[in-house]
Amino acid sequence: MAIESLSALMKAGETRDLFDVVIDSDCIDRGTNREESFTRMGALYAAIRRAKEGYDPALRSRSGMVGGEGAKMREYLKNSKTISGDYAAKVIAQALEMGESNACMKCIVAAPTAGSCGVLPAALLPYQERENLSDEQMIRALYIAGAIGQVVAKKASIAGAAGGCQAEIGTASAMAAGALCYLAGGSADAVCHASAIAIKSLLGLVCDPIAGLVEVPCVKRNAAGALIAMSSADMALAGIRSAVPPDEVIDAMREVGDKMDVSLRETGMGGVAATPFGQMISEKMSGGQ
Amino acid sequence: MNLFDILGPVMVGPSSSHTAGAVRIGRIGRRLLGEGTPVSAKIELSGSFAATGQGHGTDRALIAGLLGMQPDDERIAVSFDAAKEKGMTFAFSRVNLSGEHPNTARLTLEGKCGGHLCVTASSLGGGRIEVVEMNGLRAKFSGDLPTLIVQNEDKPGHVGEVATMLYKRGINLATMRLYRDFPGGSAVMIIETDKAVPKDGLDELRAREGILAVKFINTEG
Repeated sequence: MAIESLSALMKAGETRDLFDVVIDSDCIDRGTNREESFTRMGALYAAIRRAKEGYDPALRSRSGMVGGEGAKMREYLKNSKTISGDYAAKVIAQALEMGESNACMKCIVAAPTAGSCGVLPAALLPYQERENLSDEQMIRALYIAGAIGQVVAKKASIAGAAGGCQAEIGTASAMAAGALCYLAGGSADAVCHASAIAIKSLLGLVCDPIAGLVEVPCVKRNAAGALIAMSSADMALAGIRSAVPPDEVIDAMREVGDKMDVSLRETGMGGVAATPFGQMISEKMSGGQ
Repeated sequence: MNLFDILGPVMVGPSSSHTAGAVRIGRIGRRLLGEGTPVSAKIELSGSFAATGQGHGTDRALIAGLLGMQPDDERIAVSFDAAKEKGMTFAFSRVNLSGEHPNTARLTLEGKCGGHLCVTASSLGGGRIEVVEMNGLRAKFSGDLPTLIVQNEDKPGHVGEVATMLYKRGINLATMRLYRDFPGGSAVMIIETDKAVPKDGLDELRAREGILAVKFINTEG
């Protein structure tokens, strides 16, 4: 049966590897076996890799607001001394590229949503390269990420229209934080606290896409989500724990989502969408029909 | 939600509801018409599909689905050109389908063998879709399971005929829904099954008096 709380995940992880806990749960949930499940997850990881390779810096989104940023970041990384460090700059570039690919109608893997599809790949792909990890290890980590997403979906929401951007980028960041922590050898306790720290860092983030499009501010928020996943995983690996129990953090996320005004939940009516610039783009897009 | 509702689908962006779901709506229209790529398609967009559909590529996604493309096909972005090559004409307009889900499209299709279909479908989120109306009659189904659609005169006995045909072939019913416009008028049966219905079974129904149309769509492979 699907994993319903982080406390259940932490408890199960005391005696068993989290990957085993989650894959067994998936087998029961979907009435399948480990082989089918792992093959399917492997296909998703292969699709994430293909999506990375498919990035085209020449593409522009339909509104023209998005495109080429990832390539700019790589160029900067090559030629300048970055502030956040070369590794973090690579993560940012990967997040931007994936978000741009999505906005420009390239193939991506929703994780948990299309708008937040850059967070997990940005956290995982550069880490695999740096640590020289096998695809099998990465696929195992996807199970951990998925289980965290399941808990958020169950207890709060993963849809911007229901819970704001905290539900999309926030959830993606929590998933990535847990996956990174697992890959680095963190305990189940550390994995779940990493997720909670990531969610707290993004709590209250509103969903305010200009003209309702998955472009601005969505693409750049993927970079923020990936970096917060890294800082959250590092804190948890250092032995730092979320003062608020992880499940209570997710409950708070739900409460904040419920209180969020409808103009800030994917309607394109509040936040940066309501700025004069946002309105100008919105009018341009609807006038061009 | 299961693990693969969280991770996935693999899809062409930017939106699971406005792009991936729109491809699936196009595909189900094509499958219901049952004549391959339609020769013409009139597409009416309602609600959020009309308001933000252009920026989300909803229009290109619907055309891609009508051409038989899957949600992860990168040719979705250039589906208008592909439609031209395949000789499918199309036109978009806006409509207000009040009472329907905000992400809804109505497709009016003509097939190369003369078939005609008007289908209204909604994109529910995460790429999931639902047909809500067919040829003017209410008819709700997702196409996730093998689905048998029977249009008949609203008279006693047709449900029994269909159930008997399925029973004789050892096909289990998963769900069954009945719709009609008014007593004695036109009726639709939507039957989801656990396996495919063979062609001879469909032909058996078509030969019955009072059964006006029979369609079967298998699950997406």
